[in-house]
Parts: sequence; C-alpha cells; structure tokens
Amino acid sequence: MHTRTWRKRLGRIVWALGLCWSAGAAAWFEDYTPSVIVTDPYIELHTGPGRGYPVFYVAGQGEEVVVLKRRTDWFKVRGRRDNEGWVHIDQLRHTLDLEGNPVEFGEVGRAQYASRRWEVGMTGGDLEGAATLGGYVGFALTPNIGLQVEGAQILGDFSDGHMVTGSILMFPFPSWRVSPFFTIGTGMIWISPQTTIVQSEDRRDEIAHAGVGANVYLSDRFVLRMEYKRHTVLTSRDDNQEIDQWKAGFSLFF
Amino acid sequence: MLAALWVCSAPSLAAEDDALDLEPLVVREPERQPVDVDRIDTENFEVGIFGGVMSVEDFGVNPVYGLRLTYHVNEDFFVEGSYGRTRLDQTSFEELSGGARLLTDSERDMSFYSVSLGYNLLPGEAFVGGRYAFKGGLYLLGGAGSTEFGGDDRCTVNLGVGYRFIPTDWMALQLNVRDHIFDSDLLGQDETRHNLEFSGGVTLFF
Repeated sequence: MHTRTWRKRLGRIVWALGLCWSAGAAAWFEDYTPSVIVTDPYIELHTGPGRGYPVFYVAGQGEEVVVLKRRTDWFKVRGRRDNEGWVHIDQLRHTLDLEGNPVEFGEVGRAQYASRRWEVGMTGGDLEGAATLGGYVGFALTPNIGLQVEGAQILGDFSDGHMVTGSILMFPFPSWRVSPFFTIGTGMIWISPQTTIVQSEDRRDEIAHAGVGANVYLSDRFVLRMEYKRHTVLTSRDDNQEIDQWKAGFSLFF
Repeated sequence: MLAALWVCSAPSLAAEDDALDLEPLVVREPERQPVDVDRIDTENFEVGIFGGVMSVEDFGVNPVYGLRLTYHVNEDFFVEGSYGRTRLDQTSFEELSGGARLLTDSERDMSFYSVSLGYNLLPGEAFVGGRYAFKGGLYLLGGAGSTEFGGDDRCTVNLGVGYRFIPTDWMALQLNVRDHIFDSDLLGQDETRHNLEFSGGVTLFF
C-alpha cells in the first residue's frame, strides 16, 4: 500500500510539472498488464508455468483475461472470476486485443537468431594440453560482423593462468543454421606455475590470434559454438611462441 | 408514401434524441493501444544463496555456502552459475603424524565456481498432507568450472540432482546433491577426487 501511495504522489508531481503523461511514464509507475480476448474454443490455465502442472480452470471463447507476467513461454493470466493461472504461448497466439486486432505473441526462433544483437556464452577447451574455461560476450555490429570480449581461465598440470582477448568475428553466411566464422584478435595472457612445482616467477605476455569456427543454432535461445584458434604469444624472449586452442561451448542470444 | 414513412418514424427519432440528450457530454473512451507482448514483465532469472555441508576427499566435511544465478531458457532447460566457499580440515595423515602440515592456513580455504546446464526432469505438484499442493520438480545438473584447492586452480566437472520447491510465484527453495570432480596431485600422485556437496538454498525470481 505504501509504495502505491508513493507512486500516486510521484504521479501527481509529474502531472503538476506539466509533463506529458506518456505511455513510457505510465509504464514506469505500474506494471503493464494488458487484457486479451480468447478466440480459441478455450484456453487452459495451469497451476504453474509448465506442462507438468495440472489444468485447474478453462477460459472459454470470448472471455477477457488479463496478462500479468511471463516466465519462459508461459504467461500468468487472470480470468473472469479472478482465477490466476499459467497459459502456454501457443494458446494465446489466436487471442485478440480489446479492439479486436490479433496480438503478436512472438516466439524465439531462427528469425530472432539471425537478427540477434547480444550473445553470452561459455566454452571449455584445450590449450596445448591445459584445460581452458571461458566466458564471452558478443555484440553484432551487422549480421556479418561481430565484436567479442572473452575471458578464460587456463588450468594446466604444471601451471595456471588467465587470458583476456578482444576479437572481431566475420560471419560470411549469417542466416545458415550452421554458420561458419573467421576471427582475429589480440589480448593478454598471465601464467603462473602450480604450487607443487618449484619454478620461476609469473609471466605476463601479449597475445594475438587468428581462428575459425562455427555457430550452430540449436533451438530457443541456444547456440552451439565450436572454435579453433592459433595464438601467437609475443614473449620477451627471442622467439615468439605459437599455441593452439580448441574449444566448444554454448551461448544464449538476446 | 414517403410522408407516411416520415410520420411513422418520427416518434422513434424523437425518442432517440431524448436518449442522446441524457448521455453525458463527454464520453470517456478507455485509451486502447495494441497489446505489446515485449512489455509484459518477464521473470526468467532466479538469484539466491545456498548453504550446506561439503565433503572434500581426505579433508573432512565442512560447511559450504555460496551464491547462485539461474536463467530459465525454456520450461525444460536452465543455465546456472554458482560460486561457493568451504574449508579444508586436516587429513588423517596430518592428524596422526602430529606436526606435519600439508597446507598453509590460507590454502585451506577452498572456493569454486561453475556454469551448469539444468534439465527439469520431473516437474509437477507435490502434496503436503491433504490440503496443500505446491509446485516444484526434480532436476538434473551438469557443468564445468574451476576449484581453488590447496592453492591451485583445478578444472572441475560437477554433476548433481536437486529438487526445486516453489511455494509462491516469486520464490523457490532448493535441495541439492552435487559431485564436484577434479584431478589433483596434492597428495603425491595424480588422482581423481570426488567431493560431495549437500546443500539447501533460497532463490527469488526476477
């Protein structure tokens, strides 16, 4: 109740200031809970957001339901008699808004994958015999070109380390389900020996890499990522060191 | 003919005029906008804490606690990131030998992180007595991460099973049994170590 009065007060202040009561301001102060009208013969309200939860109420054709919130592909709705339950997106796809226009209940699929902006993922791999665990964030500048920042932990038998890299990725065929890419980038690598081994001090070097890989669209927001990179460690010694990295993982896109 | 029609319809027209006069001058139409599904509040994330006990092979059983963040991709799969801390006791060798110490005090702090993929294997309702039904479900987990064990980072695979109990739409309770598996040569030769975590947690959906 307390927050509601505060919301009202804030609302009045905004009104008094003569600001336009735009849809955006309204959305800031209250949850967006639109009403839709059932046009299928009926929709089933489950007790929870999943097919394993039983149906406890059926809203018939023509009934108005209020959509309260969403979890994955399930929407929590309130029916005519204040019954609250969860409905799958497939059953809401044919509903109408109060004007009688169809409501666009979009589903995440290949089309969304092709126009993705952000990709967040993790990989596991092998770096010259040591295990690597990495996380990355990618941003698509265009469907063909992406930027990526990656951090990885290196877990070897004799030494541990970290690696941070920034890369550019080029996708020549972004709409393919199996979409190959080329990548180049640069970064830093830190290596320190294991405590059970008596050895010299920690090392920090610049690295540059070139690689190839592929994104495989799985379903929903899941993408499988496979990659091979060849790193050149720009050491302070006479020779640069070349190391190979193989990795695979999965990502979610948004 | 036309005149007759006009005479017949005139009273009804007059009646409608009266009705219109009674209507308020301003008719307030609710402002209707097309439904924007993207603006509906989504609650696919779950964040929370966990605590319990962890048995580290050769190093005894100690309290474990940590943080968890879960993203529900669809009703079947979720991705979970977790970070935890525990403590290593003395091994039997250290206790029996008297003074020998394998690890320094700071090396006895053990921490781990992991990213796992979860699958809701048996979702459904659970019944408590005859009156109450609660949402929940059994899930399986598997993932990879790293464990700081005896001062070194070890690549760690974790496998587990848990039960999620959802008393309200915005909160969940979990029970977890997990095996954290890694290789270590801390006690001489390289061996695979199984470390069992038994924990409970509270999470909030947002």
